[in-house]
Amino acid sequence: MKIIVCIKQVPDTANVRLDPETHTLKREGVESIVNPFDLFALEAALRLREELGGAITAITMGPPQAAEVIKEAIGYGVDDGLLVSDRAFAGADTWATTRALAAAVEHLGGADLIVCGKQAVDGDTAQVGPGLAQRLDLPQVAFVKGWREISDGHLVLERQMDDGFDVVRLPLPGLITVVREVGEPRPPSLKGKMRAKKYQVPAVGAAELGLDPAEVGLAGSHTEVVKVFAPQAGGDRLMLGGTAEEAGARVIDLLVEAKVIAGGA
Amino acid sequence: MDYFLTEEQEMIRDLARQIAQERIKPIRAQLDEAEEFPHEIIKALGQADLFGIIIPEEYGGLGGGCLENCLAVEELSRACVGCSTSYAASFLGAYPILLYGSKEQKEKYLPAIASGETLAAFALTESASGSDAASIKTEAVRQGDEYILRGSKQWITNGGEAGVYTVVAITDRSKGPRGASAFIVEPGDPGFSVGKKESKLGIRASATAELIFNDCRIPADRLLSREGMGFVVAMRTFDQSRPGVGAQGVGLAQGALDEAAAFAKTRKQFGKPIITFQAVAHMLADMATKIEAGRALVYATARYIDSGAKDIGKVSAMSKLFPTDVAMEVTTNAVQILGGHGYMRDYPVEKMMRDAKILQIYEGTNQIQRNVIGQELNKEYGRKK
Repeated sequence: MKIIVCIKQVPDTANVRLDPETHTLKREGVESIVNPFDLFALEAALRLREELGGAITAITMGPPQAAEVIKEAIGYGVDDGLLVSDRAFAGADTWATTRALAAAVEHLGGADLIVCGKQAVDGDTAQVGPGLAQRLDLPQVAFVKGWREISDGHLVLERQMDDGFDVVRLPLPGLITVVREVGEPRPPSLKGKMRAKKYQVPAVGAAELGLDPAEVGLAGSHTEVVKVFAPQAGGDRLMLGGTAEEAGARVIDLLVEAKVIAGGA
Repeated sequence: MDYFLTEEQEMIRDLARQIAQERIKPIRAQLDEAEEFPHEIIKALGQADLFGIIIPEEYGGLGGGCLENCLAVEELSRACVGCSTSYAASFLGAYPILLYGSKEQKEKYLPAIASGETLAAFALTESASGSDAASIKTEAVRQGDEYILRGSKQWITNGGEAGVYTVVAITDRSKGPRGASAFIVEPGDPGFSVGKKESKLGIRASATAELIFNDCRIPADRLLSREGMGFVVAMRTFDQSRPGVGAQGVGLAQGALDEAAAFAKTRKQFGKPIITFQAVAHMLADMATKIEAGRALVYATARYIDSGAKDIGKVSAMSKLFPTDVAMEVTTNAVQILGGHGYMRDYPVEKMMRDAKILQIYEGTNQIQRNVIGQELNKEYGRKK
């Protein structure tokens, strides 16, 4: 089975600040990490490869330093990587991102399965996985928490829902996005890390992918960010005394009074 | 302190540290409390290739030596010696095969040990035979193409969890210590069974069990080296493995110092952090100094062993003796610095103090290490006359 995993380099969310002028994230001086949800995508791909055999290619779109996340993926045991990088891709929204990623998938000759994390922790849109499937005209299942049956022809998946889970059959080729319940990411391996150290990450730009600069990056984006702000911390504080039961009952009363939740009969 | 490690050695240390921090530390108290074998940790260490450190590349390992082993063991021990004992005991069981196995034996057993799929265990100790290893009673009798093993082994680390056991038994009682031989035993061998799992003071995450050989029949090609080599196999194995026990002491003591120093900085009495009191600061200073001395001794010994040196008995014993005595002292003092908090199970130092004790006992008590060092000194100064 040929698997492609999409991963993204994101700022370590604990320390992100916003630029009030440009309404974008200030990435300078903030440590970059692999998007945590993408580690679950990597783990899912590694487990599927253990069962079905085949090879995994990790792809990422970003500036040249995003090659680091490809090297990290090699450390976890993926077979190959591809960096999709070009000045023309800068400022892409999810629409333009999926355009470039779809071209990269086609550049690699397609895949039997594409695995993405459910969302990235910087933008939090959860749109790139489904958008990429749409671009490639592939069937997709989002929020996959596990599988019941796997074969080269189809997967029977469990899709996380608010009130339980669905069991969905996905014919292949197809795309899935995964949630953390899919399995705790394994540690990187020594052999993988040693290979990663020497690994030269292949890179492709707009020209190699046959993309017109007008359809990618900021130019190809439809999203307009009007305002970005950090919510003010503050508000009133109320300390409730009494036993846990009494305080709990009082919290519910207050929430009902404030119309945050509906009161019971 | 910079010990001028290679990039590869730093990678091993960092990966072991990452697993210790992210996976072992959060569950060590629960493993200790429930006396639960750390299957998930063992699996993660296998996925990280850490079980392959000392196994040659041709058998699926990384081809590292004693120092690489010590670096990994030290980092794991900093979080939990119960887990690091389960890990290191697999190397103890693998060394006899690595050092004395035939090509066929190596090909059969080492790849599965290197991947972590199979744990190994080493079995020498018996109920009436600890420090006096030559007095073991378990015997092996050759019958045609088989050996028949009779007897039992006590307190075997990874007992019941291992897929490969290296067992020392007497093949010719008339020859004394030269009448022992080493064998490979597999869990499915007829007549082999694992007795009760022991309940222990410390290293409670590790499995310690009795092995029973009730006319256990094994193919004759399970003999390691040749008949009569049993104690040579055991002693050469210990020469290799003892710095690893020293590394457990270094890691454990470092973990205890980390806790004690952090506590002393935040705990206030008489209006000041207790680290500002000389009584406490001097304790911490002695702890840190002895740990660094122990680490330097372990690394230097490991490098000497990796250089291919033959006269390693004395330094190997020293590298086990000193850091494990330091670990007992440092963990005891860490409990003292944390005071009442330290005595409670809410803090990790009481576990560290319980874990430290075994390091002075297993793989040759520290009294036996002093015997080894003393005998070597006797020989050295005899020659110089």
